[in-house]
Amino acid sequence: MPVARSDIAVLAVVCLATWGAAPVLAQSADPLEVGRKMLAEDNPGELWIERGKTLFYQKRGPKDASLEQCDFGLGSGKLEGAAARLPRYFHDTDSVQDLESRLLSCMVRLQGFSRDDIVKRAISPAGSNGSDVEALALYITSRSNGMTMNISLSHQKEVDIYKAGEYLFYRRSGQTDFACVQCHGEASKRIRLQDLVHMTDKKGVQGVVSTWPAYRGMQFVVRTMQWRLSDCFWQMRLPELKYASDASIALTTYLHYQGNGAVIKVPGFKR
Amino acid sequence: MAEPMKIRALLKGDVVDIRVLIAHPMETGQRKDAAGVIVPLHFIQNVVVTHNGKTVYEGQWSQAVSRNPVFAVRLRGAKIGDKIGVTWVDNKGDQRTDETVVAPAS
Repeated sequence: MPVARSDIAVLAVVCLATWGAAPVLAQSADPLEVGRKMLAEDNPGELWIERGKTLFYQKRGPKDASLEQCDFGLGSGKLEGAAARLPRYFHDTDSVQDLESRLLSCMVRLQGFSRDDIVKRAISPAGSNGSDVEALALYITSRSNGMTMNISLSHQKEVDIYKAGEYLFYRRSGQTDFACVQCHGEASKRIRLQDLVHMTDKKGVQGVVSTWPAYRGMQFVVRTMQWRLSDCFWQMRLPELKYASDASIALTTYLHYQGNGAVIKVPGFKR
Repeated sequence: MAEPMKIRALLKGDVVDIRVLIAHPMETGQRKDAAGVIVPLHFIQNVVVTHNGKTVYEGQWSQAVSRNPVFAVRLRGAKIGDKIGVTWVDNKGDQRTDETVVAPAS
């Protein structure tokens, strides 16, 4: 088959090549910054927002219900600013939940889905069309765009889980005796070409908590914070971090609290 | 059924910058799935951009274009409020048309 290669095709290929080297955080004198800015303007992750919105309002599941009755902490169905205050303590489940675990309990309680089923499919294979949870998490977070991350530790359980998260962040464990802080505790560290985020620095951690869920160029799908953490665990050769587990929520609570004051802007764009 | 595109058409000076995000798998026909079976070729073959119904761009794409592609063209001579339409057809005959109106660049 003859293939006429248009200028546009060439442009798209060039885009791909720059993704490979685009680290997460921007530094001012960074020559990659220009390319990163261009990518952020046309973030394919935006396609997921519409998908998430449809899923949110559609009647789905065995109970044939939408998610409009789901309370993300600011009242049933109120999404503006909800993601900026998560994780938080919820009375009905008597636990601290992040956005994704909250979404899970709503999908189980309101729509009648099986929890195991959702968890199994929550993190989609690379190069797929993405999972429902990924699209929903992005849509819900996008409703807090422009708002300031503001996690409070007003309930004792929130304090407890925050402390647990801090402990996990600093604790060396696993076969490689690795802690999060070893990669993310210093400025200007990198693995091969990838800059590592300096997460004990306010600006560094703010850049993280305000940009997930994000479109991951390498995998062509939108990824969430739960995925980021479980992938970190895999990279550290730790036992699998279970989706929406207490450990993952603890780390999320710790990081989000550290990132308080960040202005949410999703979808982010990661390499 | 194909998912909607996201189209922006912003007028800067006398040039409209049209940017399109398309959701498409763009399979190269060379990738194997988990079972080792080749994933069949599936890519956007033809793209047409129209300005008030008149074709201003017609392109033949190849499987070299990335998944979920971003596509941009510039157009001279359009005014604010003009209709910009984008249509793609892939090699399986699936297609999608979306429209937007030219807006001023802020």
